[in-house]
Amino acid sequence: MTLIVFSGDLDKALAAFNLANTGASMGMKVDMFFTFWGLSVIEKGGLERGKKSPMQYMMGLMNRGGAGRRKLSKMNMGGMGTHTMKGLMKRYRMPSLAESIALAKEQGVHFLACTTSMAIMGLEEKDFIDGVDDFVGAATYLGLATDAKVNLFI
Amino acid sequence: MEVDKTLDCIGLYCPMPIVKTAQAINSLEPGQILEVLADDPGIKSDMPAWAGKTGNEVLGFEEEGGEIKVYVRKGGG
Repeated sequence: MTLIVFSGDLDKALAAFNLANTGASMGMKVDMFFTFWGLSVIEKGGLERGKKSPMQYMMGLMNRGGAGRRKLSKMNMGGMGTHTMKGLMKRYRMPSLAESIALAKEQGVHFLACTTSMAIMGLEEKDFIDGVDDFVGAATYLGLATDAKVNLFI
Repeated sequence: MEVDKTLDCIGLYCPMPIVKTAQAINSLEPGQILEVLADDPGIKSDMPAWAGKTGNEVLGFEEEGGEIKVYVRKGGG
């Protein structure tokens, strides 16, 4: 199974990781390709300027990376909705996004980061969590997708 | 039914019961039986789907007052 994680929204990332973790539990080989806003899910979320241009740095500040900073795609309400949803998830003992990421790594899910999106956003390999296995382009993704039976864009 | 291991998934929702079942079955020998306690009704469809893909076998379900017991026999061997 392959998943393209395009969105950096909390709800969509949770859906992607639920499928990845279930697939891994079912013995499937799972590859997650993080691109565009989806990169923020696996960013460390630091404030280092790095090699970013002033414009890239500003964009990075306006959309800070990190699993803990993801917001709902709907009903965020200035963070109130996201806070409420996180509370509900805790009450129903659902893993947080960060816990889902850790579980995916434990289960051998492969993380790929899109180098084109990284260039546009001024991100470097060191800006990402340790679990990222490869930094690649679309051809690598398509190579994996043609061998998989389930390919989703989230 | 005589079981070799019991896994408590009460209060857990998809995908956690399946993820935990996959982890728990690793510690069993082929032919041994895992009992999974759950209360997410999705398990009744999800467990056979998981078992079919992983070469394990769902022997049956027992349901009582919202609590579902699932018996899974580890395949292989």
